[in-house]
Amino acid sequence: MGKRVAVVGYGQTYQRSSRKDVNGVELINEAVRVALADAELTIKDIDAIVIGNMDHFEGINYVDMWSAEGSGAVMKPVMKVTTGGTTGTSVAMCAYYHVASGMFDKVLAIGWEKNSESDTTGAIITAFHPVWERPNLGGAVAGLAIEASKYMHDYGATEKDGARVAVRERLHALNNPYAHLHQEWMKGIPPDQLVDLIVGSEQNQLLAYPLRMSDMCPRTDGAAAVIFAVEGKAEKIAPIPAWVQATANRHNFVYAGDVDMARNTTIAEASQAVFRKAGIKEPLKQIDVCELYLPYSYAGLKWIEDIGFCGYGEGPRLLWDGVTDMDGEMPINPSGGVMSSNAIGATALIRVGEGALQVMGRAGARQVNRKVNLAFCSGFGGCYWADIMLLGRKKPA
Amino acid sequence: MAKARRKARNVVYAGRIKVPYAWSVGATGSRFLTALRDDQEIWGVKCPKCKRVYVYPIKNCGECFVPTEQWVKVANVGTLESFTVVHYKHDMQPRKRPLIYGLVKLDGTDGALLHLIGGVEPAKIKLGMRMKAVFARQRAGSILDIQHFAPA
Repeated sequence: MGKRVAVVGYGQTYQRSSRKDVNGVELINEAVRVALADAELTIKDIDAIVIGNMDHFEGINYVDMWSAEGSGAVMKPVMKVTTGGTTGTSVAMCAYYHVASGMFDKVLAIGWEKNSESDTTGAIITAFHPVWERPNLGGAVAGLAIEASKYMHDYGATEKDGARVAVRERLHALNNPYAHLHQEWMKGIPPDQLVDLIVGSEQNQLLAYPLRMSDMCPRTDGAAAVIFAVEGKAEKIAPIPAWVQATANRHNFVYAGDVDMARNTTIAEASQAVFRKAGIKEPLKQIDVCELYLPYSYAGLKWIEDIGFCGYGEGPRLLWDGVTDMDGEMPINPSGGVMSSNAIGATALIRVGEGALQVMGRAGARQVNRKVNLAFCSGFGGCYWADIMLLGRKKPA
Repeated sequence: MAKARRKARNVVYAGRIKVPYAWSVGATGSRFLTALRDDQEIWGVKCPKCKRVYVYPIKNCGECFVPTEQWVKVANVGTLESFTVVHYKHDMQPRKRPLIYGLVKLDGTDGALLHLIGGVEPAKIKLGMRMKAVFARQRAGSILDIQHFAPA
């Protein structure tokens, strides 16, 4: 058993489609400064740094050293972690382990991406096997579309069900000044009408059946930084530290053909592991808010079933009943989620930062309408890599 | 299968990563490159705390962790701190061999600039030589708008 650890500070840049006014190092620096100010610390207080992005998105292979001027890593221990879509949560978990080990008191976790600097599909393909899969597969959208098709076939879900998830994410994003997509036209229109408008729109291009533009996450430039501190220091830094209750990760395939498309078994197993560690028996009742890495709409139906918030095939009902809306029993993604901002290396770390804000009660207009005792944060990436970090108001046992 | 096993050789699979890039230089670096291109001037930034002058400019002093907001015009001349003459051939090298890489510490700056050395026979180069920036006739807003450094 390691030391108890809490999130004590969080900073992010405004998430935008293109930030030509800054290079990557300067973008990182913006997030780091905000996080330090948030925790009322200086860079001198930081004992070590963990940083990550996706190498091929900027063509930078040495981000730990390349970014030192901006990250604050000059003459500090620094470690690079890059695990694809889950980079942000892996960075967070690595920083957590650094502190829990007792070797560092305060560790800064940084995730960032400048998606504007390359072609996302061209860069993502480098994650696949050069001989067996790169010649016959391109990018992320088609793979997710295959998962969505199977879910529709198995459970009778419709395009409207998928659109209902998209509508929730984009409506929530309107409360988040940092979000990339602000679809102001949606303001004041009821969700069911918005679903009809989106599904029926000719402008909503079909990408790969059943996925349309509105079902996918954007490509974003942005950075995020989260500060982890050890018990004894954390309470002095933050009035309400967001304590790490449990973490887990699972990943179960190398080749795309081996994915269990019927169910998301990795997020299911990682969730079960976290619930066991934290003594959670009824997730829907016991957890107060979620920040989930949902890269596309149908994940918001199926994966919440795999986490255990409802039975198989019941995801759409939860959505239509408003259970996952801001004032529902289980608000999901008050920030607007990945479908509203996706600076990939930062994306999963933003889930952790936003979850921490909810626990701290400092999320502003996107704060949920209750005291948050437990916030469930997840990351997702290639290999159906699932990371979970459960944050809470009480120190873990 | 028996036939295939006899015929099989170790296959090497040729490929190429096709990722186009458009790197944002940022406002700070853009100002430097624009001055290089339009005015044939080299500008640096000064850290308000440690007073180091950085060329190329950096927006944040890594040592002091403060923004470097003060611009200073830097001399086109400096001192050769070290160099090497490259004799081997590689597609990534910016000039035909033999080519000379050198570290030139511009007057009034901290840290040297890694760049090409030209206009001089390799045998005549000595450490500590005074070097001057030679600007390219066609300038596009890149670090190669300085064509090379030559003996001053």
